[in-house]
Amino acid sequence: MKYLEEFNDPAAATRILDDIARNVHSEWSIMEVCGGQTHTIIRNGIDQLLPGAVTLIHGPGCPVCVTPLEMIDRALAIAARPGVIFCTFGDMARVPGSHQDLLQVKAAGGDVRLVYSPLDAVKLAKENPDRQVVFFAIGFETTAPANAMTVVLAKQQGLRNFSLLVSHVLVPPAMSAILDAPNCRVQGFLAAGHVCTVMGMAQYEPFVENYHVPIVVTGFEPLDVLEGIRRVLFQLEEGQARLENAYSRAVTFEGNRPAQKIIEEVFQVCDRQWRGIGMIPQSGWRLSDAYMEFDAEQRFDVGTIVATESELCHSGEVLRGNITPPECPSFGVECSPRNPLGAPMVSSEGACAAYYQFRRIEVLEPIRR
Amino acid sequence: MTTAFDPSSWSCPVALRNSTTIVMGHGGGGRLSAELVEHLFLPAFGGSGSVLADLGDAAVLGVGGVRLAFSTDSFVVRPRFFPGGNLGELAANGTINDVSMTGATPLFLSAAFVLEEGLAMNELGVLAQALGKAAARAGVAVVTGDTKVVDSGHGDGAYITTAGIGLLAPGVDFGPHRVTPGDAIIVSGPIGLHGIAVLSVRDGFEFGAEILSDTAALNGLVATMMAEGLDIHMLRDPTRGGVAATLNEIALSSNTGIEIVERNVPVPDVVSSACSMLGLDPLQVANEGRLVAFLARNDADRAIEVLHRHELGQGAALIGEVVETHRGVVVAKTGIGGSRVIDLPMSEQLPRIC
Repeated sequence: MKYLEEFNDPAAATRILDDIARNVHSEWSIMEVCGGQTHTIIRNGIDQLLPGAVTLIHGPGCPVCVTPLEMIDRALAIAARPGVIFCTFGDMARVPGSHQDLLQVKAAGGDVRLVYSPLDAVKLAKENPDRQVVFFAIGFETTAPANAMTVVLAKQQGLRNFSLLVSHVLVPPAMSAILDAPNCRVQGFLAAGHVCTVMGMAQYEPFVENYHVPIVVTGFEPLDVLEGIRRVLFQLEEGQARLENAYSRAVTFEGNRPAQKIIEEVFQVCDRQWRGIGMIPQSGWRLSDAYMEFDAEQRFDVGTIVATESELCHSGEVLRGNITPPECPSFGVECSPRNPLGAPMVSSEGACAAYYQFRRIEVLEPIRR
Repeated sequence: MTTAFDPSSWSCPVALRNSTTIVMGHGGGGRLSAELVEHLFLPAFGGSGSVLADLGDAAVLGVGGVRLAFSTDSFVVRPRFFPGGNLGELAANGTINDVSMTGATPLFLSAAFVLEEGLAMNELGVLAQALGKAAARAGVAVVTGDTKVVDSGHGDGAYITTAGIGLLAPGVDFGPHRVTPGDAIIVSGPIGLHGIAVLSVRDGFEFGAEILSDTAALNGLVATMMAEGLDIHMLRDPTRGGVAATLNEIALSSNTGIEIVERNVPVPDVVSSACSMLGLDPLQVANEGRLVAFLARNDADRAIEVLHRHELGQGAALIGEVVETHRGVVVAKTGIGGSRVIDLPMSEQLPRIC
């Protein structure tokens, strides 16, 4: 896969950075919505290479991070039940619930399986007819089509031992919430490329018009991110607010129609709690009435769940872009990947983990001293 | 369990406060493994003054006027057969390599098998043959062994534990105490192949090309490097936790800073694309036939030439150097000119969501 090398080319990066340095004259704040892009930025030191006038604000686009604590506790309770095979993406396995995480449930005898594809969970259900197989369906629009496909297959195959624990969230309502906040500093967005691969670009047109913010659909390799930043900055300098596509090798304006169709069939929009942020109206998906029989929340009565969030964790402020991870008083002190207080310190897309892993010298050693 | 174990008496209960049971990460070769060794095993086996406290892959022991290198390792890989090798071959090569990294000539191996009831006799035969052949190829004799069988459902087919003994020539002294600022850091070939090869068959991935494990005994390569008179300061084979774990361990144990140039690390295309797809870091993926060498700066170019002439040193590259600054921390210059810290992996790597 040669393109990985091409999208890391230092000469091309220098050209974009020089272009930005020559043409950007004011101070600007841009939010990258997706946690994958946050990691590209921090891992490659992109923020350090940009002129000081450009501030990157890390957005809430880490699906693991915004999954509500109450839902994680529910997942832990279901996973601990005898007879259940609980399937999850690897990212979720180490995210702390109120008292433990999925790997600890596994160590205590729970049957927790890390799967690469949601369809593996359907296969497990078919192979284990005497067990209840539950898949933890989290994520943004990106993971929704494959998650939706599981219940379509389960229905076709008459699998009565398969269910989904759904905690899907949507990007556009979160962007509205950020822009509507009174202390919003965001002047332009890098839109998450893979979300747009599925949903297309039309959803973002109202933002450009109503809020007058530039939005550039952006990919995930270092040069993708640099190009997205350049395009947003140039629009800002020109006083423009357009919707642009800097990730045309993966994103079309219409998006993936068959994927959208299956999402429409399986899910319906609902209000959703975002961890660290709170309730955002019409910001999530739940199973539609036609597929309600596959809802793990209905199938497993786990009693009342009282979720207790750490008082020391400021991940909500981080997820809203109000502080950077090192500005959290717990960062590197009470909270580390070894003993995470919040999900952003665990997830491979979490902003706190990115700073902890890749910026230890700048931000962590001074704290320790 | 006959006696209650009070975690408050552990040497550092804080570090283990969230782990009242063993989790998979304790065997992953990362931070959790290191904590388990430091806080549970080391105090139990003699504490900070013991030979064990060096925490090398092999212990160096003075016995009757000679110095021996002694090491042991258990092999639990699943599946037992993977592209490029199998459990038996791995069990021989892994321990031979641990002994070889001290600069010793490996001489003898033990092999203990824990077998699950129901394992096919034929399969055991293939594994034993592979272990024997790998040892013979490396000039090492299997001299003692053991067999145990556990009930069906109480083991995963077959586990193998090997131990190895080697002899150190007078004057050979490799280790973190010899690592100094200015040292060149060389990796002996392309990284990440074993981890990705095992992943490809365990989880049924197709990465477009067959990826073969790099499993190999490195004693011949080490002997060649030593025969050429290279001023080697330390060797380590980057197995679990990959090159990232190895460099972090050495930065800490030698109290030096390590700086690598990411672009110079030999990562095969197939490994980088597989890692990119799964959200893994090639630097954290396991190798079973590579070594990382710390040696005097002036010998770096010659070392690369020597390695390139050897069958197992194809693709060897200079990846970085030891520095005075940021002691205990590994820093990489990134592809596009920034920098980042290379962290010790937390535990086993987990595939990401999207």
